[in-house]
Amino acid sequence: MTNEIEQIPVALTVNGEKVSKLIEPRLSLVDFLRNELELTGSHIGCEHGVCGACTVRVNGEIVRGCLMLAVQANGGEVETIEGASDSGKIDDLQKAFHERNALQCGFCTPGMLMTTTELLATNPDPSREEIREYLSGNYCRCTGYEAIVDAIETVAQERKGA
Amino acid sequence: MPDTKSMIKDHVLDRPNSYIGRSVPRPNAKRLLAGRGTFTDDVKLPRLTHVAFLRSTYAHAEIVSIDVSEAKESEGVVAVVTGPEMAEVCSPWVGVLTHLEGLKSAPQHALAVKKASWQGEPVVAVVANTRAQAEDAIELIDIEWKELPVVADMETALDPETPLIHPELGDNLAWQRDLDAGDVDTAFANADHVIEETYISNRHTGVCLETRGIVADYNPGEDQLTIYHSTQAPHMMQSLFAKHLNIEEHKVRVICKDVGGSYGIKVHSYPDEYATVALAYMLKRPVKFIADRLESFTSDIHARDHRVKTKVAVSNEGEIQAFEIDDLTGIGPYSVYPRTSGIEANQVVNLTGGQYTNPNYRARAQVVLQNKSPMCQYRAVGHPILTLITEGMVDDAARKIGMDPLEIRRKNLVPDDAYPTTAPSGLPFENLSHHASLYKLVEMMDYDGLRKDQAEAREQGIYRGIGLATFIEVTNPGPAFYGVGGAPISAQDGATMRLDAKGNVIVEIGVTEQGQGAEAVVAQCAATALGVSMDKIKVIAGDTDITPYGGGTWGSRAAGIGGEAAVQAGKALRQNIVEVAGIMLQCDPSTLDIRENNVVDLADGNERMALAEVGRVCYYRPDTLPKDYQSELVVTRHYVPKQFPFAFTNGVQGCYLEVDTNTGFITFKKYVVVEDCGTVINPLLVDEQVRGGVIQGLGGALYEECLYSDEGQFLNGTMADYLVPMAAEMPDVEVGHVESPTLDSELGAKGAGEAGTGGAPAVVMNALNDALEPLGGKVTIQPFTPERILQAIGKI
Ligand code: FES
Ligand code: FES
Repeated sequence: MTNEIEQIPVALTVNGEKVSKLIEPRLSLVDFLRNELELTGSHIGCEHGVCGACTVRVNGEIVRGCLMLAVQANGGEVETIEGASDSGKIDDLQKAFHERNALQCGFCTPGMLMTTTELLATNPDPSREEIREYLSGNYCRCTGYEAIVDAIETVAQERKGA
Repeated sequence: MPDTKSMIKDHVLDRPNSYIGRSVPRPNAKRLLAGRGTFTDDVKLPRLTHVAFLRSTYAHAEIVSIDVSEAKESEGVVAVVTGPEMAEVCSPWVGVLTHLEGLKSAPQHALAVKKASWQGEPVVAVVANTRAQAEDAIELIDIEWKELPVVADMETALDPETPLIHPELGDNLAWQRDLDAGDVDTAFANADHVIEETYISNRHTGVCLETRGIVADYNPGEDQLTIYHSTQAPHMMQSLFAKHLNIEEHKVRVICKDVGGSYGIKVHSYPDEYATVALAYMLKRPVKFIADRLESFTSDIHARDHRVKTKVAVSNEGEIQAFEIDDLTGIGPYSVYPRTSGIEANQVVNLTGGQYTNPNYRARAQVVLQNKSPMCQYRAVGHPILTLITEGMVDDAARKIGMDPLEIRRKNLVPDDAYPTTAPSGLPFENLSHHASLYKLVEMMDYDGLRKDQAEAREQGIYRGIGLATFIEVTNPGPAFYGVGGAPISAQDGATMRLDAKGNVIVEIGVTEQGQGAEAVVAQCAATALGVSMDKIKVIAGDTDITPYGGGTWGSRAAGIGGEAAVQAGKALRQNIVEVAGIMLQCDPSTLDIRENNVVDLADGNERMALAEVGRVCYYRPDTLPKDYQSELVVTRHYVPKQFPFAFTNGVQGCYLEVDTNTGFITFKKYVVVEDCGTVINPLLVDEQVRGGVIQGLGGALYEECLYSDEGQFLNGTMADYLVPMAAEMPDVEVGHVESPTLDSELGAKGAGEAGTGGAPAVVMNALNDALEPLGGKVTIQPFTPERILQAIGKI
């Protein structure tokens, strides 16, 4: 058996920058982002779509970076926590998470934030139960979730008032 | 109780503009929110290689032969190393400590030599340019195994017909401890009631969202090993890596950047981590190991596999007269190094029933070997079990005599004014507040109101239950925990504080950060003691070359021990600064203080000079100071608890839940915790430690269980199969505090990180059994799954 694996070209836009690379077809999107582009804010917690640590946005939709192959994002637009953070559009969420101590180790946090952007985009005024339900695909082993729910609730209310 | 404030001059809790007791957000959390943390897998070094391990698929099997020839030829492979080759570089270890007398274990290797003793034990290491290439090459390794009989069930591990895991040890008993205090036999003989039960806590594990990981590099030019490690105890790891690779300790540098959850899982040393370091040493280039999730499940330590037979004596009036327990725990094939796998059972023996006045107590703990993943200390070490059985027994007694669970606790808890006192096991308790905490909890949860609601609900066929669980918790461990037994684990910790030329302050600290907020509380303590604002402070932790030698963060020690070291360093630096300021200002230093980044007059707070000016003169213009005077703007202070071996904390949890008797599902209606961790440095962080701890405890109580087949095969090693708490199912937790500071330190802070976890299983079990009582049901086996609940009420 030989292990030579054919590389194929991909070209996509990541956080607004055009990138093209030769990659192995088996490479997952999150490994691609982390290892090829050094965007290490997306994390790997389970590698099979359960924990949400790898959550990124592809063509406007939230996806699990471990379940999608990098080649599937070919030609698309990807946004990671680094892009979302630098853009300033999640400033209020980051601030609320910080003030409410809605993170401890911070490993789940990028995925939580990315998921939350989607939640608030689709449901700007969620109840606590709806927030909890929506976050069920994002595991956090440290916080026990309550502070995260509080922080999201705070932002939803602030945005409503704004 | 005297208070330290009247005994210590210039007490830190009397400082103006204090940060102590304030909910300051963690300064270092912002980078994590921006996705700019540095977890171990984020570390990239030039010429980096990756290691993957071939792990035993058998729970117990002899290695007849290994053929790695094809693997070595595989694309990208740098090296393939087997157990005997590894053993030439990395010496084996034995996980025993002398203070756990009689504890025995066998030598354990970084890679299995001759045989594998659990499914998941690393056997061959493959180093390649990418992890995928290393995994591809593993497929090409040919091992001939000879299966050996498996010891899976701890109940039969000691039977004469059961094969021995390590024949050289003579039996499968790693350790046994017996304790007999008071007059147990007489108490049981004379008791009005004796209630016996068996409680089972099933094996579970920590599931850190960031799996274990390590990057090691060896530079032969400097004879220097540099190790990036997701660990809780950098200096301990430095010492262990140096010892087993036979390198001088100062040639090993352990750097601990961001740690993605640890909870005790990352306070141990692991074979695959020694192997990674040894490989870097052998190959003279960096090697990275990041456990994948399956590896995590089978190679991270597990915990809490206990079967405890209990017996409690109670009088008709509700006086508890004796406790007796028989604890059996299976720890896997080796006692884990260096903290050993005896501590969990030891805690159970030490602390069961410790919050009650009853003096008659007998305990036996048997710690047995088996062919499953090794077990060791995980958050709250032993407390979830001992609280489960203590509070289970107390409820058993109350139920028997028809007394309310609150009443029996009020009657039997050690009075708050009785301290200091000693547990039946001999451990000293400095000052606990069980009654004050219980009083507060009852108010917060509206106990009487809930009882009424429960009665009304029952009339409508709805089953709700109230649970109470008081607890004691070991925190701020001194050398009695590990050091006295011979483990290279520092009991003391230090803080080095440096005023720079611009009036900013660098604090280097031996305790580490894993998300609890250790750096924030250290900054709060340092800023308060010195007299500066927190934005002037930068805290550096987790680097053995830089920080004072220390123990790291575990055992709820970071705030109490690290915080006190920072307080003392801050006070000492303030003395040095006002001394030189006194010279510059030509006044008596004892008339000066530092407040809000300025040297001020102690009496009225009038500003005299900025700290930046002190820095400027000392560093840039020392020629303007007297020739016989040398300023010192760097100080180091250490702290270790000296009066008591541990700072015990206490608290109580209460919950109210509803059971769906058709599905076995439960819904939390209320969850309250009252915690006494002494001085609260940062209420925001303490409350979140409690909440996070409770939810982790609820994981063990309700969902988490490492399932094994009779052949010792791990059956649910994915996150889809091993359930952990998710947001939708978990309750909001109300947290209240009683503050009984420890007099062992000026700060008076005790730990708070584990209390939530320790009490959660007990309070859930008691609430469930309260709910199920009218149906004649009782659960005693954790996790309390819907299936077990339905079995308890005879529905399935
Ligand atoms: S790593 Fe993708 S969901 Fe867990
Ligand atoms: S903050 Fe650690 S996993 Fe969420």
